[in-house]
Amino acid sequence: MAGKTHSSAEHEHFPWKHVVGFILSIVLTILAFWIAIGAEIGSSAKLWIIFGFAFIQAFLQLFMFMHMTESENGTVQVGNTLFGLFCAIIFVIGSVWIFAAHYSHGENSKDGYSPSAPKQSEHSEK
Amino acid sequence: MGHNDSSYANAPLEYQSETGRLNILGFWIFLGAEIVLFSTLFATYFVLHGRTAGGVLPAELFDMKLVLIMTFLLLVSSFTCGIAVHEMRRGSTKGVVIWTILTLLLGAGFVGFEIYEFFHYVHEGASIHTSAYWSAFFVLLGTHGLHVSIGIFWITGVLFQIKKRGLTPQTASKIFISSLYWHFLDVVWIFIFTAVYLIGLGGLL
Amino acid sequence: MHLKWDEFFVTGDPLILGAQISIALTSIAIVFVLTYFKKWKWLWKEWLTSVDHKKLGIMYILAAVIMFFRGGVDGLMMRAQLALPNNTFLDSNHYNEIFTTHGTIMILFMAMPFLIGLINVVVPLQIGARDVAFPYLNNLSFWTFMVGAMLFNISFVIGGSPSAGWTSYMPLAGNDFSPGPGQNYYLLGLQIAGIGTLMTGINFMVTILKMRTKGMTLMRMPMFTWTTLITSVIIVFAFPVLTVALALMTFDRLFGSAFFTLEAGGMPMLWANLFWIWGHPEVYIVILPAFGIFSEIFATFSRKQLFGYKAMVVSIVAISVLSFLVWVHHFFTMGNSAAVNSFFSITTMAISVPTGVKIFNWLFTMYRGRISFTSPMLWALGFIPNFVIGGVTGVMLAMAAADYQYHNTYFLVSHFHYVLIAGTVFACFAGLVFWYPKMFGYKLNERIGKWFFWVFMIGFNICFFPQYFLGLQGMPRRIYTYGPEDGWTALNFISTIGAFMMGVGFIILCYNIYYSWRHAKREVSGDSWGEGRTLDWATSSAIPPHYNFAALPEVTTPDAFHHWKQNNVDVHPEKEFKKIHMPHNSGRPLIMSAFFGLGAFGLVFEWYWIGVIGLIGVFATMILRSFEYDDGYYIPVEEVIETEKKNKEAQK
Repeated sequence: MAGKTHSSAEHEHFPWKHVVGFILSIVLTILAFWIAIGAEIGSSAKLWIIFGFAFIQAFLQLFMFMHMTESENGTVQVGNTLFGLFCAIIFVIGSVWIFAAHYSHGENSKDGYSPSAPKQSEHSEK
Repeated sequence: MGHNDSSYANAPLEYQSETGRLNILGFWIFLGAEIVLFSTLFATYFVLHGRTAGGVLPAELFDMKLVLIMTFLLLVSSFTCGIAVHEMRRGSTKGVVIWTILTLLLGAGFVGFEIYEFFHYVHEGASIHTSAYWSAFFVLLGTHGLHVSIGIFWITGVLFQIKKRGLTPQTASKIFISSLYWHFLDVVWIFIFTAVYLIGLGGLL
Repeated sequence: MHLKWDEFFVTGDPLILGAQISIALTSIAIVFVLTYFKKWKWLWKEWLTSVDHKKLGIMYILAAVIMFFRGGVDGLMMRAQLALPNNTFLDSNHYNEIFTTHGTIMILFMAMPFLIGLINVVVPLQIGARDVAFPYLNNLSFWTFMVGAMLFNISFVIGGSPSAGWTSYMPLAGNDFSPGPGQNYYLLGLQIAGIGTLMTGINFMVTILKMRTKGMTLMRMPMFTWTTLITSVIIVFAFPVLTVALALMTFDRLFGSAFFTLEAGGMPMLWANLFWIWGHPEVYIVILPAFGIFSEIFATFSRKQLFGYKAMVVSIVAISVLSFLVWVHHFFTMGNSAAVNSFFSITTMAISVPTGVKIFNWLFTMYRGRISFTSPMLWALGFIPNFVIGGVTGVMLAMAAADYQYHNTYFLVSHFHYVLIAGTVFACFAGLVFWYPKMFGYKLNERIGKWFFWVFMIGFNICFFPQYFLGLQGMPRRIYTYGPEDGWTALNFISTIGAFMMGVGFIILCYNIYYSWRHAKREVSGDSWGEGRTLDWATSSAIPPHYNFAALPEVTTPDAFHHWKQNNVDVHPEKEFKKIHMPHNSGRPLIMSAFFGLGAFGLVFEWYWIGVIGLIGVFATMILRSFEYDDGYYIPVEEVIETEKKNKEAQK
């Protein structure tokens, strides 16, 4: 994975990586829009699909556009990005999970909205 | 200082100085920190999702056409930025300048549409004060937009240096690093249009 | 903000008036002394604009020691107030301000700079490098820290201190319950200092990954360098969360957003969540370098290689990953679901395991070693039992159900003081004494140093051990007084005695610094303790030459210097020296930080035009830096040869 810093084939040639990456990104973007707004499937399935597409497109761009694996530091660069994504996922999913229980408490219940309110509350109200 | 630069003679220009190599690695690490920064804004956005306090709803304001235009402007600008680096590796100063200017114009277009979008929403009664949801929206999108705007100024500054000094290991590493920044902002935008607009327009949450 | 001009300076409190006068007099005295001895140019050239890691490290440590004084006085005032029931030394609001500044200063403006200072002095030497990867950025990190610290510290004389605790929970920290500039000082001071810390994290990651000397693979690095690397990783991935959290609260207070408000759908608890996502990794940021310092000291003064090197590395990596998975244990009682509390309870208990592994490795390092009871070793020996006490009470707190009893009582206060003081503070003192000769060319007096250790450690236990029992008896934290009927008087009184003993210990340290400056024998050898194992002790003079090593060393084993000594390898062979490339000093980071400070000061008082000017200044200095193509200078080879010759002669 840690590529050497020798000149890659694209030095004098057509920028294949960029064109392919660009086209795939467009395709994934349009697909994601179509699925989210046009498709006749459940919200849950749509969420999985569009976020899956987002991660795929992100990695596509990291590899194709940003030369993430290139140079003697390729391994560090990839490892660093993966750890960042690991933290990102924990912070987002962790926060949503923690707060899922709180939307029906106290002040918050006046708002009348809860993204995934359980049918029965998980613990008794005071 | 440090390693023998001659062993990098066949590397792309931006890797040929030790300062350049260290700066590029340092910047990748900084991007790791930026991933965490944006993820915190996303976490805030998801936790506050739907908390519109009886005010105007996002689904009422989001416009798919506008989002598609902005997305394509930024995506194309990421492509032109990649071609600029490709031109740099081909040794073409003119190529770098042309494709970079294209990138900046597309980026400016993106920012222009976003500013228009913000003004429109505020006019319709959705501002940073209105509710927790809209605070989260404006700060997430605004932080991204601010990053893009700063990038435009930064890359313009680098272009002046290219004009003055041509393509050297130092100027090449600056172009490369600013391109990493620019690509990164497009990667963040992928998640913004997915998490904010697709969910909002599709009523997925 | 409707700030009345007669509220600009804080008035009406004799303690604060005393502080204002002292600050004014001290500032005038410093200006006078510098002018009289014509030292302004020297100060600017040799220290303030220096990009040398050794000098920046010393400046960080000096600032940390001064902050320790301020934070310590805060602590003593709190203990004085709590010594007796219904005491009237401090009113409730003043007490709140003091526990807020005590906590914020001790963690962010004392522990962090102390450890970062030691890291700066030592790590480039340990890896056989000439400096860090980004020396200019290093200087900027220092000045952003200084500006953030000064901004925070000025609060109690101008405008008023924050009073919502170092954790600054909402809605207490919002405009309704904390009007005025105090809380804004917290938000902006920490924001600026945090920028510098993030840059330090990036700097040391790149330095350690890319600038190790030839032959020094990752598994041959000294343990302090390993802990620095992992700490830097945690900094890079934790500090941006604080950046966002502070910014969101700033927006709530200054721009009327609704993130953490009680109205408009805001969620006050979201602040606590974001704060602790950062806050938990932060405590590992302050403890891992401490573990590294103790690893060096145990090995050096047991005359034995550190036991279980690989296990030590695996355990610190495990700690760093787990540290991002435990944050909810800081708010088990906020109403989370049972599933959430259980998950985080398990991860919290899990994170104690790698630390336990390390304790055993230190003990096995000492086993069958030849131990010298120098004062750094005393601090290390004191750390083991005291930190373990703090650690096991941590496991008690980790059990979410049980935590409902302990949370926010003095049991918790005692736990974190046991881990922070016995861990971080003992390590700071140990590291200071251990590397003092590397910084200043002479050792601190050992006899006085031992008095310092015993007085401080005993005082620490007298102060905090009773607090476990106060907590179990139900005494909550952050209360400014209690009644005689509570039955807490005796233990509180004893605790206060211990606190003042720690104060005496600190005075002994200050005396030692002065005494040693006057009387200590100046050293010539780079191997100050005679038992150095790592490259930081392999310099050609006690204080290293500014280029560190005339010829970069080549290593083949861990504990490279020890290996050379054992095998009679010439540490400073007559190599062919070359001219050495060094970076120039720069005053621009100081100026940029001053603009940060100016802008932040404006925002504190909601004078937005000043904020804008500050921001413009920051961007202007960044642009100037971008257009700068200065490539440093070369130390001519004659100068290198001359310096090395002189150092070698002095050691004969």
